[in-house]
Amino acid sequence: MSYILEGSTGPWEIVVGLEVHCQVISKSKLFSGASTKFGNEPNSNVSLVDAAMPGMLPVVNAECVRQAVKTGLGLKAKINKESVFARKNYFYADLPQGYQISQFDKPIVGEGTIILDMPDGSTKSVGIERLHLEQDAGKSMHDQDPKYSHIDLNRSGVALMEIVSMPDIRSPEEAGAYLTKLRAIVRYLGTCDGNMNEGSMRCDANVSVRRPGEGFGTRCEIKNVNSIRFVMQAIEIEAKRQIEVIEGGGEIQQETRLYDQRLGETRSMRSKEMAHDYRYFPDPDLLPLVFDDAFISEIEKELPELPDEKKARFMRENGLSAYDAGVLVAEKEKADYYEVVAKGRDGKLAANWVITNLFGALNKAEVGISDSPVTAENLGKLIDLISDDTISGRIAKDVFEIMIETGGDPEKIVEEKGLKQITDTGAIETAIDEVIAANPDKVEEIRAGKDKMLGWFVGQVMKSTGGKANPGMVNKLLRDKILG
Amino acid sequence: MTDLTKLTLAEARDGLAKGDYTSVELTEAHLKSMDAHRNLNAYITETPEKAMEMAKASDAKRANGSAGKMEGLPIAVKDLFCTEGVQTTAASHILEGFKPEYESTVTSNLFGNGAVMLGKANLDEFAMGSSNTSSYYGNVINPWKDKSGKDLVPGGSSGGSAAAVAANMALAATGTDTGGSIRQPASYCGIVGLKPTYGRCSRWGIVAFASSLDQAGPMTKTVRDAAIMLGSMAGHDAKDSTSAPIAVPDFEAALTGDIRGMKIGIPKEYRVDGMPEEISKLWDNGVAMLRDAGAEVVDVTLPHTKYALGTYYIVAPAEASSNLARYDGLRYGQRVMDDGDSLDDMYMKSRAAGFGKEVQRRIMIGTYVLSAGYYDAYYNKALKVRRRIYQDFEGAFGQVDAILTPTAPSAAFAIGENEGDPVKMYLNDVFTVPASLAGLPGISVPTGLSAEGLPLGLQLIGKPFDEETVLRVGGVLESAANFTAKPAGQEG
Amino acid sequence: MSSLDKETVRRIAYLSRINVSEEGLSELAGDLTRILDFVEELQEVDVEGCEPLTSVADLTLPLRKDEVTDGNIQQKVLSNAPMTDAGCFVVPKVVE
Repeated sequence: MSYILEGSTGPWEIVVGLEVHCQVISKSKLFSGASTKFGNEPNSNVSLVDAAMPGMLPVVNAECVRQAVKTGLGLKAKINKESVFARKNYFYADLPQGYQISQFDKPIVGEGTIILDMPDGSTKSVGIERLHLEQDAGKSMHDQDPKYSHIDLNRSGVALMEIVSMPDIRSPEEAGAYLTKLRAIVRYLGTCDGNMNEGSMRCDANVSVRRPGEGFGTRCEIKNVNSIRFVMQAIEIEAKRQIEVIEGGGEIQQETRLYDQRLGETRSMRSKEMAHDYRYFPDPDLLPLVFDDAFISEIEKELPELPDEKKARFMRENGLSAYDAGVLVAEKEKADYYEVVAKGRDGKLAANWVITNLFGALNKAEVGISDSPVTAENLGKLIDLISDDTISGRIAKDVFEIMIETGGDPEKIVEEKGLKQITDTGAIETAIDEVIAANPDKVEEIRAGKDKMLGWFVGQVMKSTGGKANPGMVNKLLRDKILG
Repeated sequence: MTDLTKLTLAEARDGLAKGDYTSVELTEAHLKSMDAHRNLNAYITETPEKAMEMAKASDAKRANGSAGKMEGLPIAVKDLFCTEGVQTTAASHILEGFKPEYESTVTSNLFGNGAVMLGKANLDEFAMGSSNTSSYYGNVINPWKDKSGKDLVPGGSSGGSAAAVAANMALAATGTDTGGSIRQPASYCGIVGLKPTYGRCSRWGIVAFASSLDQAGPMTKTVRDAAIMLGSMAGHDAKDSTSAPIAVPDFEAALTGDIRGMKIGIPKEYRVDGMPEEISKLWDNGVAMLRDAGAEVVDVTLPHTKYALGTYYIVAPAEASSNLARYDGLRYGQRVMDDGDSLDDMYMKSRAAGFGKEVQRRIMIGTYVLSAGYYDAYYNKALKVRRRIYQDFEGAFGQVDAILTPTAPSAAFAIGENEGDPVKMYLNDVFTVPASLAGLPGISVPTGLSAEGLPLGLQLIGKPFDEETVLRVGGVLESAANFTAKPAGQEG
Repeated sequence: MSSLDKETVRRIAYLSRINVSEEGLSELAGDLTRILDFVEELQEVDVEGCEPLTSVADLTLPLRKDEVTDGNIQQKVLSNAPMTDAGCFVVPKVVE
């Protein structure tokens, strides 16, 4: 079902392309040996090359090249064995060279694909146009002084991968799914930590609208959106703005806009200056980047199982639904957790406990999987206790609550609290006899045909045993006793 | 005692080794010469204290039994090489006061081998020019004079380096060559200038003009001196991605004096329309000398020669426009910032005040030829023509070992001539630019005098990384020409 | 090739971030036109099937090992700056 926005003159489709900048995980920068570590004193992770001193020259970091190739392989994309670094020339305070070393018409990675996992369990394929390597800029701070801005070049020169999608995205939801999947892929690969609110992953959205069946409309670029949720919001708001303009008889100006989430609107960034002319040309300080098939195969060998493959395997081997498998593989740590829990156990049961109970509790406490108080081994043990009838499902939930609180071992908790399920026929019969004796009239009603009262009796027996009686056995024995 | 400033590098090296004199004495003599010739304005920054310090240290080192290849030899360093703790200006106002916290690889190599720095030599601003009349720190005056008595240009951009060597204010000097900036001033000042193959010397720490063309090289009194000095400048540098990962041969050993059986190419396209008679004659004499020495002289063709200047004046400014963007008054150099100025205002004022006219012109031409709509017609086209020029040389070197041409279309001209027309100045580079575009090694050797009594040089161009052949043939040319003339005041 | 007009030169001067006075623009227009005429001859060269030559160095890009070998020189990085504060470079306030 396609996403349609209703305008005053009829339905509209939206067309979205996303440009994502991912900071590459590496020890040193793309063209200099300075550290990429976050949080140091200003201008301390800066070499003379980063500061663009006279006579300085770039030397490319092998690991950044490998990370870009790795990411390209994760995007099922064409790896270009020959690519060229080009200078993108413009003036800004955080750009010490007066140009950014980037890649223009010969990027390191070409066309690829990302498969989106939609919330309804369906999938959609979105094309990747290209991935290229480029330098990050420094940081400007404008709030330290009324008259001046402060420039810190620590971030200047850190490697970025710019990943450009094809304009295949047709709804804010798809955009969210794209970013979620891209983030998962780079985190699985270890090429970027995908942290949007820390800025290691940044997204610009190109948005245009069109009436169904028409060609592409004029697009606007939305910048400065630092979470997946805001990207989705910004896309919707911008699309609505464009529809309003067109339906009002106006034309969309191709421009760059900022998303203001407080006001819930996008604003034009157009300043009095003339349009940028970046004057791209191949950087004469850098020769063409060339590597062979062997270089690529080495990297291919290091690839971990990626989200799509893992999802397919969970569905195949553990009988999970597409949706459940999708939730588990969204983060590698979650998938790894699940695999420990599911090992040697019922996959679906494990999935239910992990997704519904564990993730539910973690989300509520705003805690990530790596900080889970319940270890995978312990959750597995809890499931075992249910499977071998030591405790009932109901009791298990109580035990789980305690595990979340204390991080304890379920076996110990059951012992200490005496929560073992009562399966001794004699004990159950005794409890049943007590309840029957106390409610003779209800017994008559059941015998008269009101089967539903059995449920009430079961409840009573469970209550009198503190919930520990095996419900299945209670049911059977009760039936035998009352109905013969 | 001999006038120590009249020695060649090789003679001084041997004299120091024998203990005939010390580096301190050698250095003092040159410092005195700098005093006496300050009017030539060959130096932007003189470093007498540092020079004496280095000379003393060198003598001590030698006393302890170790001596590097350039031990104790006082040289001038073109003020385009970043020298740690010593002002480096690129002859521009925008870098006035800039003191690098680092040493360029080439000067590091030279000083590591024991050389002594006398000071930073003057040049055309940001190495853009062929007359050294665009320096913020004033013109350099050629120590040579013609009958008019007017001040003459030393050539450029390495004008200060050339004048310093020619006037015996330094035993040798470093230069850089992008379109002829070592070879042409060498010719105008009657000294030897060598531009090595692109990639032979590291560019790290040299203020960049045109990255795909810039090369550091020696400017010396003799071919042997150039061989000695190149040996201490060259070498692979991991900090420069365009630096060639090849070994440095013993260049001095190449000076066998024997070129029998070698083939020397004479490109017909270099005999340009309106070429002055005396240049033509100089060239013919050169051909005869090499033939007499046993070489075979062969006609070769370099069909795209006439397009080289046009190609150069697109490619070099384009790269320069980008390389000079970092001079913005933000992190170093001169800043102009008035109250209420925006960032753009600061950029525009600082760069307008900091850059001279020629630099501004070249930056803007460069910006234009790279701009949207013009990239293909100009820059990309120029790069294709550049490949044609490269292929011309490739073809010629299939038949010959070296190519002989004049270095410049004239002798040194008067300061002030050619100033009105930006293009007229560019024509000085007509013979040197093609070898730069192809990245080939080229040497200028003085072989004769003009009718006005001014030096004229011949150029030898070699195959990639074949400086040895270039030096060998250059040495033979030098011996045969026996150019002993000296500028007024330097005779004897 | 037509000559460069003042407006074009104004745009180029801005792209180059160099202030040029009105008279300067006219003079520059003349100079730049002269230079462009000079290089115009390249138009006649046949470059059919010819790849641009961006570097005469017959090499491909050398790759550097990923280790931290640089940085930690805040003092050196700032030592030539016209204006600094608290370890940062200082510039006129930028409004984004």
